[in-house]
Amino acid sequence: MSDGEELSDRQKREIAVWFLSNAPAGEIHYVAKGKPPTLPLTLAIQLYNPIIITTYGELNKNNYLDPRTAQVATVDHIKQVMLQTLHVLILVLVLMPAMHINIESLKNCTKLRPAADEELPSAYIEDFRSALDVELSKYVGEAYPKGVCAVYCTSGKDIEGPGADFGLAVVISAAKRSPQNFCFRKKFDIPMRSYFIFNFWIRLARINGSWRSIWTLEFSDGLQFVEIKGKIQVGAHYFEEGNVQLDTNIDCKDSTILQSPEECAVSITNIIRHHESEYLSSLEESYLNLSDATFKDLRRKLPVTRTLFPWHNTLALSLTRDLTKELAIGK
Amino acid sequence: MEAAMDLMRRMPPGRAETALNALLSLIPDHSLDLLSQVDLPLQVCMDKESVKEYILCEYNRDADSYRSPWSNKYDPPLEDGTVPSQEMRNLEVEANDVFSVYRDQYYEGGISSVYIWEDEDEGFIACFLIKKDGQGKRGHMQIGSWDAIHVIQVGPEEEGAAHYCLNSTVMLSLTTDNKQSGTFNLSGSIRRQMSMTLAVADGHLVNMGKMIEEMEGKLRNSLDQVYFGKTREMVCTLRPPPEVLNRRLPDS
Repeated sequence: MSDGEELSDRQKREIAVWFLSNAPAGEIHYVAKGKPPTLPLTLAIQLYNPIIITTYGELNKNNYLDPRTAQVATVDHIKQVMLQTLHVLILVLVLMPAMHINIESLKNCTKLRPAADEELPSAYIEDFRSALDVELSKYVGEAYPKGVCAVYCTSGKDIEGPGADFGLAVVISAAKRSPQNFCFRKKFDIPMRSYFIFNFWIRLARINGSWRSIWTLEFSDGLQFVEIKGKIQVGAHYFEEGNVQLDTNIDCKDSTILQSPEECAVSITNIIRHHESEYLSSLEESYLNLSDATFKDLRRKLPVTRTLFPWHNTLALSLTRDLTKELAIGK
Repeated sequence: MEAAMDLMRRMPPGRAETALNALLSLIPDHSLDLLSQVDLPLQVCMDKESVKEYILCEYNRDADSYRSPWSNKYDPPLEDGTVPSQEMRNLEVEANDVFSVYRDQYYEGGISSVYIWEDEDEGFIACFLIKKDGQGKRGHMQIGSWDAIHVIQVGPEEEGAAHYCLNSTVMLSLTTDNKQSGTFNLSGSIRRQMSMTLAVADGHLVNMGKMIEEMEGKLRNSLDQVYFGKTREMVCTLRPPPEVLNRRLPDS
């Protein structure tokens, strides 16, 4: 765009969406604030919201189901909402471990109503869903200090009894946000000196991270079989005089037999627990290899000679050449 | 502009180039500032005459051509391209030779280039660049890159000593990928500054080299211990390992 041509609103929107979708966990609101004022910010946010709120709970454009409480939250993405409020909304959505709406915190921004019968799964499906929700909540409560989870029905919600296939989705999310940020000092106009006093405390806070796993469960009635597919994503962003990001993901696959809702809930939760703890140990292993092998491939701690580089000697070796050069300059 | 830089600091380092291009098209009025403040992965070009690769940066660019530190020639050829004075060029040649030995000992490969030019106030500026790419031979890393930019401003010599001001940036990215542990990517960039007044008796190159060596050691150490360590701690905060959980259970 060096020819100075104005971008169309559509192009600007695409760019904004790109920035927002690349924002590290928990920093979307900062990214949104950081946009140059020329951007149609509201449009970008409207597009981004459905990505933050899980699509599994999306009834339609503005309505999201919380299956556990059987309530529907209306998230008014854009209509009549002031920019300020939008930021608050985004902040709440982002600060909430990302993919699950905590309906309590959204009360100020959204309308709440009990879900209608046709929006909820049948009693038969709900047995499987709620049993899994109960088992899973126990596991998530133990394994993730700040974790939340939700179980949604993704297909076959109106099935009244055995004889047809249906699908559930499990979303587990744990996130840690730094309450402060490097905008912190500037924002509250703290003098540099007292800033340093608090620096240690702030240093602890300069990192964001998130763990997200999504498990899709296909219950096959014909095969009496549950197919389990998982995707785990972990991200961290540390920004103290720099910008370092961790970004990992893995796909897993497993299966179990179709049994009673309670038995299914237990075996599915065990499978998820198993894969997630395996993944945690493999992450630990990646970190162990990092310093001694992986990082060494880029730059060694010490030269191959295991002593600091002999700057003086190298010069001594090329002394003759130096002399000739100095003579050539005529010094 | 401040908002733009804040935004850049939050983007995944591996996508800095796309992010910068997007910003440039959004705020073309600030393109000069953006280009000078945002660090992008280094580009490399081949010197056809000496069949050696060299690194491209703002400091060896004139119009759309880049000067090779090996042949001192511009590619594409420029008739009146700026070249350093003979004295600076001699130092540059020597620095390139010595620095490639240094680079080889620490990086076991990679490409390095040094550019030196006169400063307005009787001193000079030297830019040392290192680029290391590729697969790890120790078998863990799939794709990795380390780009280092060291710019040293050297003040005029006074009573046998000179003031050196070093600004360093390291950008790195490493990805491991296997069936068992999935994709694991760590990327980042950090910047540090260091100033020293040193005796010039042993020559500028010895002083600059030692400063860069010390700085690279510090940067590598911070990346390894602090930055990677912090992201690891974060993973353990999100999902504590079993031994941590077991230790906590009796309390609760």
